[in-house]
Amino acid sequence: MSRRSAAALKVNEAVPVFAALADPTRLRLIGRLSTDGPLSITRLSEGEPVTRQAITRHLETLGEAGLVRNVRRGRERVFELDLKRLEKAKQYLDVVSAQWDDAAARLKAFVETHP
Amino acid sequence: MTATAQPSSSTANSTDRIEKRFTVNAPRSRVWRALADEKEFGTWFRMSFDRPFSEGATVFARLTHPGYEHVTLDLVVERIQPERYFSYKWHPYAIDPKSDYTKEPMTLVEFTLEEVKDGTAVTIVESGFDRIPLGRRAEAFRMNEKGWEGQAKNLAKHVEA
Repeated sequence: MSRRSAAALKVNEAVPVFAALADPTRLRLIGRLSTDGPLSITRLSEGEPVTRQAITRHLETLGEAGLVRNVRRGRERVFELDLKRLEKAKQYLDVVSAQWDDAAARLKAFVETHP
Repeated sequence: MTATAQPSSSTANSTDRIEKRFTVNAPRSRVWRALADEKEFGTWFRMSFDRPFSEGATVFARLTHPGYEHVTLDLVVERIQPERYFSYKWHPYAIDPKSDYTKEPMTLVEFTLEEVKDGTAVTIVESGFDRIPLGRRAEAFRMNEKGWEGQAKNLAKHVEA
């Protein structure tokens, strides 16, 4: 069970990351930050159908998940991607991988107990 | 070698594929039946199918795992090479009955069997994840989260039986 518990822990850690990404506006913001680099709220709100306040809230959610951080640039605050954290998104494969571990264990048990 | 009670597995570093390799203490012909016969496959995979597996067939599947009986999905059988290789395509994480997954890319699942000294080596590869939209993966991840503990308990039960 130890290997499994370790995997489950990693999965729990990744949940806020995925919850933050599971929204079209936030995914778009991530996309813009990854192509255009650090951007202010004003720039990030351009072309978005929602209010600047809504964009601020989305950026806060992304910030809480550790995907985005804001830094001071002169007199304004800009937002940039935290790439290291985004790597964690790759952990979705851990879930599928664990499911295949389960399936493999069931296949093995099945053929060995039903000769 | 005593550690084979639980399948040893290797997960590739790539984000596109998952590979599992393990040894089963049974002849290759026996393992093949558990793959190619849709009723046997469904027993350990916890799905029921509406028709036998044949190359090119789209097979309608329903989960039999308690609590997930409402989940249905399609498997598209790709290749069947008796006693050696079986592959199909499906939509990974297609577990939200309200979503239409038909336009999305599928992943490929491959089973390969080889005879080894102690029985049969089974290799399972699922590939093509990089083409699945990130948003979809995120959503699936959240949905899977709940079932996680139950899955872990299932496995423990199996191993301890």
